Amino acid sequence: MANSYYDPADLRKFGKITEWSEELGSKFFEYYGKVFEEGALSAREKSLIALAVAHVVKCPYCIDAYTKDGLERGITREEMMEAVHAGAAIESGATLVHAVQMMNKHDKLSM
Amino acid sequence: MATKSLKARQDALADINKQLNILENGIFAEGELPYFRDKIAEAGHFPLRPQKLEILQINVGYMCNQVCEHCHVDAGPDRKEIMTRETMTQCLDVIRKTGAHTLDLTGGAPEMNPDFRWFVEEAAKAGIMDFIVRSNLTIIRANKKYYDLPHFFKKHNIHVVSSMPHYTRGKTDKQRGDGVFDKSIKALQELNAVGYGQAGGNLKLDLVYNPSGAFLPGDQAALEQDFKKALMTDFGIAFHNLFAITNLPISRFLDYLIASENYEDYMYALVDAFNPAAVASVMCTNTLSVSWDGWLYDCDFNQMLGLKNASPVKHIKEYQEDILQDRDIIISQHCYGCTAGAGSSCQGTVA
Repeated sequence: MANSYYDPADLRKFGKITEWSEELGSKFFEYYGKVFEEGALSAREKSLIALAVAHVVKCPYCIDAYTKDGLERGITREEMMEAVHAGAAIESGATLVHAVQMMNKHDKLSM
Repeated sequence: MATKSLKARQDALADINKQLNILENGIFAEGELPYFRDKIAEAGHFPLRPQKLEILQINVGYMCNQVCEHCHVDAGPDRKEIMTRETMTQCLDVIRKTGAHTLDLTGGAPEMNPDFRWFVEEAAKAGIMDFIVRSNLTIIRANKKYYDLPHFFKKHNIHVVSSMPHYTRGKTDKQRGDGVFDKSIKALQELNAVGYGQAGGNLKLDLVYNPSGAFLPGDQAALEQDFKKALMTDFGIAFHNLFAITNLPISRFLDYLIASENYEDYMYALVDAFNPAAVASVMCTNTLSVSWDGWLYDCDFNQMLGLKNASPVKHIKEYQEDILQDRDIIISQHCYGCTAGAGSSCQGTVA
């Protein structure tokens, strides 16, 4: 067992999850592969969305994977950083929009 | 950014035995990753054998005006290995009788060989179908004596293949040196101005894209589209095809991989991306590589590793195509670079 919860080398073993549940694992990877194909959105656009989400869900494996994927696609670091900011803005917006609930509750309880 | 070759720096990796040692041992000897020969044997391709000879690739010298970080030749201004006119004459004899339809001149910067123009003029007379010169672009702007190269190329109907790592200044200069991007753009505009790279035109201008780091090239067609759009919009530049070429783990790129602690991950990435379909048409099956001093190799990479071809015909002066074609191709773990993903060759993807 590794001495930390995250080991970069584990990313290469991702496919092994199928070994303990062939059907669900295979269905997941099939779905995953399909999602990132060229569609109404380009594979390049989807890669940037994935990078932003990777940061929001704070998945170190996904950050490694989609930074590399971006480099492979010729995506520039400015584009990558803007994508991360888009994710971060939504995440902080999601926190801040709850302030309306706070304000409502505050006003309801206050005389 | 280095300004000298590994050789001039007397770097340990300038020793090709050291490079071969790294490729044969470590994660491969420990059984963590399979040897290339075992991997291609599984796919039914061992030993790897030549098919019809299509491309004669001649390296006219390792001297270059640039010192790119990923260079598999370890080229640079300090390299003095230059093909002589005598060896060129031996090459011309072969060019006149070869069955290959493509002649591919490379380097270093081939234009820096003092007999380059003479050689091109003579070789062009042989009437070979596709005559490629691999130009790094900046050479065209490096010195007044090179300014007329676009006209010279045009006169001899040369197919120009040029390196361009990215359509942005930052990524290009990081790999190839400060100022390379602006000079390359200017050189491309000059090539366009004499008629190169125009849609439907005969003067072929292709670009080569190498990843600027420890990652593999993405989809060649998608990259070509991005390059075309950006270069046309930003600079009015047109070109024909983009070749996405994988960096092979030898020479300066190997040095970079080791220094940046990316070597193992990169080898994993290459092995994971192994594509049996790419093995069948890997470039050593249709290409012969000639070094500046006339030795014959399976490819330019084997040339840089000093792995001479396995046939009894070792040198251009004793060239016999039928004997050469009856040989086993020499392989090592660097060969994974040519079989990853859609495959990689000097002509781009192969699968």
